[in-house]
Amino acid sequence: MSERSLLLLSIADDELILGWRDSEWTGIAPTLEEDVAFSSIAQNEIGHARALYELAATELGGDADALAFDRALDDYRCAPLVELHLLEWAHTIARRWLYEEADWIRIEALKAGDDTELAGLAAKIDREEVYHRIHAQMWAHRLGDEPRFRAAVEELWPYALGVLPAELRPELARRTGLQLETAGAVERGTHTSELEALWNEMTEVRRSVPGATW
Amino acid sequence: MVTAGEVWAALGEIPDPEIPVISLVDLGVIRDVTVDGGTVRVELTPTFLGCPALEVMRRALEEAVAGLGATPEVAVIQDDSWSTDRITASGREKLRVAGLAPPAPRAAGATTLVQLQSKAFRCPYCGSTETKLENIFGPTPCRSIRWCESCRQPFEQFKTI
Repeated sequence: MSERSLLLLSIADDELILGWRDSEWTGIAPTLEEDVAFSSIAQNEIGHARALYELAATELGGDADALAFDRALDDYRCAPLVELHLLEWAHTIARRWLYEEADWIRIEALKAGDDTELAGLAAKIDREEVYHRIHAQMWAHRLGDEPRFRAAVEELWPYALGVLPAELRPELARRTGLQLETAGAVERGTHTSELEALWNEMTEVRRSVPGATW
Repeated sequence: MVTAGEVWAALGEIPDPEIPVISLVDLGVIRDVTVDGGTVRVELTPTFLGCPALEVMRRALEEAVAGLGATPEVAVIQDDSWSTDRITASGREKLRVAGLAPPAPRAAGATTLVQLQSKAFRCPYCGSTETKLENIFGPTPCRSIRWCESCRQPFEQFKTI
Protein backbone atom coordinates (compact mmCIF):
# COMPACT_ATOMS: atom_id res chain seq x y z
CA MET A 1 0.00 0.00 0.00
CA SER A 2 1.32 3.49 -0.87
CA GLU A 3 2.23 6.06 1.77
CA ARG A 4 -0.63 8.17 0.48
CA SER A 5 -3.20 5.42 0.98
CA LEU A 6 -1.88 4.71 4.46
CA LEU A 7 -2.23 8.39 5.31
CA LEU A 8 -5.76 8.59 3.88
CA LEU A 9 -6.85 5.48 5.79
CA SER A 10 -5.28 6.77 9.02
CA ILE A 11 -7.20 10.03 8.91
CA ALA A 12 -10.41 8.42 7.63
CA ASP A 13 -10.31 5.77 10.38
CA ASP A 14 -9.73 8.48 13.02
CA GLU A 15 -12.76 10.41 11.80
CA LEU A 16 -14.98 7.33 11.45
CA ILE A 17 -14.21 5.90 14.87
CA LEU A 18 -14.36 9.26 16.65
CA GLY A 19 -17.63 10.01 14.86
CA TRP A 20 -18.92 6.69 16.16
CA ARG A 21 -17.79 7.47 19.71
CA ASP A 22 -19.26 10.98 19.62
CA SER A 23 -22.57 9.58 18.41
CA GLU A 24 -22.77 7.51 21.59
CA TRP A 25 -23.90 10.74 23.33
CA THR A 26 -26.94 11.03 21.07
CA GLY A 27 -29.96 10.98 23.37
CA ILE A 28 -28.01 10.97 26.64
CA ALA A 29 -25.80 14.11 26.62
CA PRO A 30 -25.97 16.30 29.77
CA THR A 31 -28.05 18.98 28.01
CA LEU A 32 -30.28 19.03 24.96
CA GLU A 33 -27.91 21.50 23.25
CA GLU A 34 -25.01 19.07 23.65
CA ASP A 35 -27.15 16.20 22.43
CA VAL A 36 -27.67 18.16 19.20
CA ALA A 37 -24.02 19.28 19.07
CA PHE A 38 -22.50 15.82 19.50
CA SER A 39 -24.91 14.29 16.99
CA SER A 40 -24.07 16.96 14.41
CA ILE A 41 -20.32 16.74 15.02
CA ALA A 42 -20.48 12.95 14.67
CA GLN A 43 -22.32 13.30 11.36
CA ASN A 44 -19.65 15.69 10.07
CA GLU A 45 -16.76 13.45 11.14
CA ILE A 46 -18.29 10.41 9.46
CA GLY A 47 -18.88 12.54 6.35
CA HIS A 48 -15.18 13.43 6.32
CA ALA A 49 -14.33 9.75 6.69
CA ARG A 50 -16.52 8.91 3.69
CA ALA A 51 -14.82 11.50 1.48
CA LEU A 52 -11.36 10.32 2.54
CA TYR A 53 -12.26 6.65 1.97
CA GLU A 54 -13.58 7.54 -1.50
CA LEU A 55 -10.26 9.15 -2.32
CA ALA A 56 -8.40 6.10 -0.99
CA ALA A 57 -10.67 3.79 -2.99
CA THR A 58 -9.42 5.27 -6.27
CA GLU A 59 -6.13 3.48 -5.54
CA LEU A 60 -7.24 0.61 -3.30
CA GLY A 61 -10.42 -0.33 -5.15
CA GLY A 62 -13.83 -0.94 -3.61
CA ASP A 63 -15.80 1.96 -2.21
CA ALA A 64 -16.17 3.97 1.00
CA ASP A 65 -18.45 1.37 2.64
CA ALA A 66 -16.05 -1.46 1.85
CA LEU A 67 -13.09 0.42 3.33
CA ALA A 68 -15.08 1.51 6.37
CA PHE A 69 -16.72 -1.80 7.23
CA ASP A 70 -15.11 -4.75 5.42
CA ARG A 71 -11.58 -4.61 6.81
CA ALA A 72 -10.24 -6.84 9.56
CA LEU A 73 -9.90 -5.30 13.01
CA ASP A 74 -6.10 -5.24 12.87
CA ASP A 75 -6.12 -3.42 9.53
CA TYR A 76 -7.65 -0.25 10.97
CA ARG A 77 -5.15 2.61 11.17
CA CYS A 78 -6.88 4.83 13.72
CA ALA A 79 -5.03 6.36 16.67
CA PRO A 80 -5.84 4.75 20.04
CA LEU A 81 -7.17 8.13 21.27
CA VAL A 82 -10.35 7.82 19.21
CA GLU A 83 -11.01 4.21 20.21
CA LEU A 84 -11.50 4.83 23.93
CA HIS A 85 -15.02 4.31 25.22
CA LEU A 86 -15.43 7.48 27.29
CA LEU A 87 -18.98 8.05 28.42
CA GLU A 88 -17.86 10.56 31.03
CA TRP A 89 -18.09 14.27 30.30
CA ALA A 90 -14.66 15.51 31.46
CA HIS A 91 -12.89 12.80 29.46
CA THR A 92 -15.14 13.30 26.46
CA ILE A 93 -14.42 17.04 26.35
CA ALA A 94 -10.71 16.44 26.97
CA ARG A 95 -10.61 14.11 23.97
CA ARG A 96 -12.66 16.40 21.74
CA TRP A 97 -10.37 19.32 22.56
CA LEU A 98 -7.08 17.41 22.20
CA TYR A 99 -8.24 15.73 18.99
CA GLU A 100 -9.44 18.95 17.37
CA GLU A 101 -6.17 20.72 18.18
CA ALA A 102 -4.17 17.82 16.71
CA ASP A 103 -6.46 17.47 13.69
CA TRP A 104 -6.14 21.20 13.00
CA ILE A 105 -2.35 20.91 12.76
CA ARG A 106 -2.70 17.91 10.45
CA ILE A 107 -5.23 19.69 8.21
CA GLU A 108 -3.00 22.76 7.93
CA ALA A 109 -0.13 20.54 6.81
CA LEU A 110 -2.29 18.82 4.18
CA LYS A 111 -3.63 22.15 2.87
CA ALA A 112 -0.06 23.36 2.39
CA GLY A 113 1.11 20.09 0.80
CA ASP A 114 1.95 19.25 -2.82
CA ASP A 115 -0.94 16.77 -3.26
CA THR A 116 -3.53 19.12 -4.77
CA GLU A 117 -6.39 16.63 -4.61
CA LEU A 118 -5.82 15.98 -0.91
CA ALA A 119 -5.15 19.69 -0.25
CA GLY A 120 -8.53 20.56 -1.81
CA LEU A 121 -10.37 18.00 0.30
CA ALA A 122 -8.50 19.15 3.43
CA ALA A 123 -9.60 22.73 2.74
CA LYS A 124 -13.20 21.53 2.43
CA ILE A 125 -12.95 19.59 5.70
CA ASP A 126 -11.31 22.59 7.37
CA ARG A 127 -14.35 24.80 6.69
CA GLU A 128 -16.49 22.41 8.73
CA GLU A 129 -13.93 21.72 11.44
CA VAL A 130 -13.90 25.42 12.36
CA TYR A 131 -17.19 24.83 14.16
CA HIS A 132 -15.89 21.74 15.96
CA ARG A 133 -12.90 23.74 17.21
CA ILE A 134 -15.08 26.57 18.47
CA HIS A 135 -17.20 24.04 20.36
CA ALA A 136 -14.19 22.18 21.82
CA GLN A 137 -12.31 25.35 22.78
CA MET A 138 -15.40 26.85 24.39
CA TRP A 139 -15.80 23.73 26.56
CA ALA A 140 -12.10 23.50 27.39
CA HIS A 141 -12.21 27.14 28.47
CA ARG A 142 -15.37 26.61 30.50
CA LEU A 143 -14.01 23.57 32.34
CA GLY A 144 -10.64 25.31 32.68
CA ASP A 145 -8.91 24.26 35.89
CA GLU A 146 -11.60 21.88 37.13
CA PRO A 147 -9.61 19.00 38.65
CA ARG A 148 -11.59 16.31 36.85
CA PHE A 149 -11.00 17.99 33.51
CA ARG A 150 -7.27 18.57 34.13
CA ALA A 151 -6.86 14.94 35.21
CA ALA A 152 -8.62 13.77 32.04
CA VAL A 153 -6.37 15.97 29.87
CA GLU A 154 -3.24 14.58 31.55
CA GLU A 155 -4.49 11.02 31.16
CA LEU A 156 -5.30 11.43 27.46
CA TRP A 157 -2.28 13.55 26.50
CA PRO A 158 -0.04 10.56 25.54
CA TYR A 159 -2.90 9.33 23.34
CA ALA A 160 -3.29 12.76 21.72
CA LEU A 161 0.38 12.78 20.72
CA GLY A 162 -0.22 9.49 18.89
CA VAL A 163 -2.63 11.22 16.48
CA LEU A 164 0.25 13.13 14.84
CA PRO A 165 3.56 12.10 13.29
CA ALA A 166 6.55 12.95 15.50
CA GLU A 167 7.49 16.11 13.59
CA LEU A 168 4.12 17.77 14.27
CA ARG A 169 4.00 16.96 18.00
CA PRO A 170 5.98 19.96 19.30
CA GLU A 171 3.36 22.23 17.72
CA LEU A 172 0.58 20.35 19.53
CA ALA A 173 2.42 20.78 22.83
CA ARG A 174 2.84 24.47 22.13
CA ARG A 175 -0.84 25.04 21.31
CA THR A 176 -2.20 23.04 24.23
CA GLY A 177 0.36 24.27 26.76
CA LEU A 178 1.24 20.67 27.68
CA GLN A 179 4.71 19.21 28.14
CA LEU A 180 6.13 17.17 25.30
CA GLU A 181 8.98 15.52 27.20
CA THR A 182 6.93 14.02 30.02
CA ALA A 183 4.80 11.87 27.76
CA GLY A 184 5.51 8.71 25.84
CA ALA A 185 3.05 8.69 22.96
CA VAL A 186 0.47 5.92 22.56
CA GLU A 187 1.25 5.24 18.93
CA ARG A 188 -0.95 4.53 15.93
CA GLY A 189 -0.70 0.91 14.79
CA THR A 190 -1.54 -0.57 18.17
CA HIS A 191 -5.13 -0.93 19.26
CA THR A 192 -6.87 -0.68 22.61
CA SER A 193 -9.11 -3.53 23.68
CA GLU A 194 -12.05 -1.14 23.36
CA LEU A 195 -11.92 -1.04 19.57
CA GLU A 196 -12.98 -4.67 19.27
CA ALA A 197 -16.45 -4.20 20.75
CA LEU A 198 -17.00 -1.15 18.56
CA TRP A 199 -15.80 -3.02 15.45
CA ASN A 200 -18.10 -5.95 16.22
CA GLU A 201 -21.10 -3.66 16.46
CA MET A 202 -20.15 -1.41 13.54
CA THR A 203 -19.54 -4.22 11.04
CA GLU A 204 -22.24 -6.64 12.19
CA VAL A 205 -24.72 -5.98 9.38
CA ARG A 206 -22.07 -6.13 6.66
CA ARG A 207 -20.68 -9.38 8.07
CA SER A 208 -24.14 -10.94 8.48
CA VAL A 209 -25.35 -10.02 4.99
CA PRO A 210 -22.40 -9.25 2.70
CA GLY A 211 -23.26 -6.54 0.19
CA ALA A 212 -26.35 -5.49 2.11
CA THR A 213 -27.87 -2.13 1.18
CA TRP A 214 -30.61 -0.16 2.92
CA MET B 1 -29.23 18.63 -29.20
CA VAL B 2 -29.73 20.15 -25.76
CA THR B 3 -27.90 23.40 -24.87
CA ALA B 4 -26.13 24.25 -21.61
CA GLY B 5 -28.69 27.03 -21.06
CA GLU B 6 -31.57 24.53 -21.26
CA VAL B 7 -29.77 22.28 -18.77
CA TRP B 8 -29.22 25.16 -16.31
CA ALA B 9 -32.91 26.08 -16.62
CA ALA B 10 -33.96 22.49 -15.87
CA LEU B 11 -31.60 22.22 -12.91
CA GLY B 12 -33.01 25.50 -11.59
CA GLU B 13 -36.30 23.67 -11.09
CA ILE B 14 -34.85 21.03 -8.75
CA PRO B 15 -35.60 21.81 -5.09
CA ASP B 16 -33.02 21.19 -2.39
CA PRO B 17 -34.05 17.91 -0.69
CA GLU B 18 -33.88 19.35 2.83
CA ILE B 19 -34.79 23.00 2.22
CA PRO B 20 -37.20 22.72 -0.74
CA VAL B 21 -37.87 26.48 -0.95
CA ILE B 22 -34.50 26.89 -2.65
CA SER B 23 -33.26 25.22 -5.85
CA LEU B 24 -29.94 23.46 -6.31
CA VAL B 25 -28.88 26.31 -8.62
CA ASP B 26 -29.81 28.91 -5.97
CA LEU B 27 -27.85 26.89 -3.41
CA GLY B 28 -24.77 27.17 -5.63
CA VAL B 29 -23.92 23.46 -5.60
CA ILE B 30 -23.88 23.16 -9.41
CA ARG B 31 -20.35 24.14 -10.29
CA ASP B 32 -20.41 23.57 -14.01
CA VAL B 33 -22.47 22.17 -16.88
CA THR B 34 -20.84 21.00 -20.10
CA VAL B 35 -22.59 19.50 -23.12
CA ASP B 36 -20.66 17.06 -25.28
CA GLY B 37 -22.87 15.65 -28.02
CA GLY B 38 -25.61 13.67 -26.30
CA THR B 39 -23.82 13.63 -22.94
CA VAL B 40 -24.26 16.29 -20.27
CA ARG B 41 -21.64 16.50 -17.55
CA VAL B 42 -22.76 18.20 -14.35
CA GLU B 43 -20.28 19.04 -11.61
CA LEU B 44 -21.90 18.86 -8.19
CA THR B 45 -20.09 20.15 -5.13
CA PRO B 46 -21.46 19.10 -1.73
CA THR B 47 -22.39 21.62 0.93
CA PHE B 48 -21.28 19.60 3.97
CA LEU B 49 -19.46 16.31 3.42
CA GLY B 50 -21.75 14.49 5.83
CA CYS B 51 -24.91 15.79 4.19
CA PRO B 52 -27.19 12.80 3.49
CA ALA B 53 -28.96 14.79 0.77
CA LEU B 54 -25.99 14.38 -1.58
CA GLU B 55 -27.18 11.10 -3.12
CA VAL B 56 -30.71 12.48 -3.50
CA MET B 57 -29.27 15.53 -5.29
CA ARG B 58 -27.22 13.34 -7.60
CA ARG B 59 -30.24 11.25 -8.59
CA ALA B 60 -32.40 14.34 -9.13
CA LEU B 61 -29.73 15.83 -11.41
CA GLU B 62 -29.49 12.61 -13.41
CA GLU B 63 -33.26 12.48 -13.83
CA ALA B 64 -33.43 16.11 -14.92
CA VAL B 65 -30.74 15.62 -17.57
CA ALA B 66 -32.32 12.38 -18.75
CA GLY B 67 -35.64 14.25 -18.98
CA LEU B 68 -34.04 16.51 -21.60
CA GLY B 69 -33.17 13.45 -23.69
CA ALA B 70 -29.44 13.51 -22.86
CA THR B 71 -27.15 11.08 -21.04
CA PRO B 72 -26.22 12.38 -17.58
CA GLU B 73 -22.74 12.23 -16.13
CA VAL B 74 -22.74 13.67 -12.62
CA ALA B 75 -19.34 14.22 -11.02
CA VAL B 76 -19.14 14.99 -7.29
CA ILE B 77 -16.27 17.44 -6.76
CA GLN B 78 -14.80 17.20 -3.26
CA ASP B 79 -12.75 20.34 -2.98
CA ASP B 80 -13.54 23.56 -1.18
CA SER B 81 -15.18 25.29 -4.12
CA TRP B 82 -18.52 25.53 -2.32
CA SER B 83 -19.04 28.07 0.39
CA THR B 84 -22.19 29.77 1.60
CA ASP B 85 -21.10 32.80 -0.45
CA ARG B 86 -22.24 30.79 -3.50
CA ILE B 87 -25.90 30.98 -2.45
CA THR B 88 -27.54 33.42 -4.87
CA ALA B 89 -29.25 36.66 -3.82
CA SER B 90 -32.66 35.22 -4.72
CA GLY B 91 -31.76 32.06 -2.80
CA ARG B 92 -30.99 34.13 0.30
CA GLU B 93 -34.32 35.91 0.07
CA LYS B 94 -36.17 32.58 -0.32
CA LEU B 95 -34.42 31.25 2.79
CA ARG B 96 -35.40 34.32 4.80
CA VAL B 97 -39.05 34.12 3.74
CA ALA B 98 -39.07 30.45 4.78
CA GLY B 99 -37.88 31.44 8.29
CA LEU B 100 -34.26 30.42 7.84
CA ALA B 101 -31.82 33.30 8.36
CA PRO B 102 -29.37 33.41 5.43
CA PRO B 103 -25.67 32.94 6.16
CA ALA B 104 -23.49 35.93 6.91
CA PRO B 105 -20.94 36.73 4.18
CA ARG B 106 -17.74 34.78 4.66
CA ALA B 107 -15.17 36.98 6.38
CA ALA B 108 -11.56 36.93 5.26
CA GLY B 109 -10.49 34.69 8.13
CA ALA B 110 -12.12 31.71 9.78
CA THR B 111 -15.40 32.09 11.65
CA THR B 112 -14.98 32.80 15.37
CA LEU B 113 -17.21 32.48 18.40
CA VAL B 114 -17.21 36.26 18.79
CA GLN B 115 -18.63 36.65 15.28
CA LEU B 116 -21.29 34.02 15.98
CA GLN B 117 -22.32 35.75 19.20
CA SER B 118 -22.57 39.20 17.62
CA LYS B 119 -25.95 40.84 17.24
CA ALA B 120 -25.47 41.37 13.52
CA PHE B 121 -27.78 38.49 12.66
CA ARG B 122 -31.32 39.43 11.76
CA CYS B 123 -34.42 37.53 12.89
CA PRO B 124 -36.21 36.20 9.77
CA TYR B 125 -39.62 36.69 11.43
CA CYS B 126 -39.52 40.25 12.80
CA GLY B 127 -36.30 41.68 11.33
CA SER B 128 -34.78 42.53 14.72
CA THR B 129 -31.02 42.30 15.20
CA GLU B 130 -31.52 41.63 18.93
CA THR B 131 -30.66 37.95 18.49
CA LYS B 132 -28.28 35.61 20.25
CA LEU B 133 -26.63 32.28 19.51
CA GLU B 134 -28.30 29.32 21.20
CA ASN B 135 -26.36 26.47 19.61
CA ILE B 136 -23.69 26.41 16.91
CA PHE B 137 -25.19 23.09 15.85
CA GLY B 138 -28.71 22.41 14.66
CA PRO B 139 -30.98 19.82 13.06
CA THR B 140 -28.76 19.48 9.96
CA PRO B 141 -25.00 20.10 9.54
CA CYS B 142 -25.65 23.40 7.72
CA ARG B 143 -27.71 25.11 10.44
CA SER B 144 -27.23 26.84 13.79
CA ILE B 145 -29.94 27.79 16.28
CA ARG B 146 -30.49 31.42 17.37
CA TRP B 147 -33.00 33.18 19.61
CA CYS B 148 -34.73 36.48 18.90
CA GLU B 149 -35.01 38.70 21.98
CA SER B 150 -37.59 40.94 20.28
CA CYS B 151 -40.25 38.46 19.14
CA ARG B 152 -39.06 35.74 21.51
CA GLN B 153 -38.80 33.04 18.86
CA PRO B 154 -36.06 30.55 18.18
CA PHE B 155 -34.97 30.45 14.55
CA GLU B 156 -32.54 28.56 12.37
CA GLN B 157 -29.55 30.21 10.74
CA PHE B 158 -27.60 28.87 7.79
CA LYS B 159 -24.01 28.39 8.99
CA THR B 160 -21.37 30.41 7.19
CA ILE B 161 -18.72 28.13 5.74
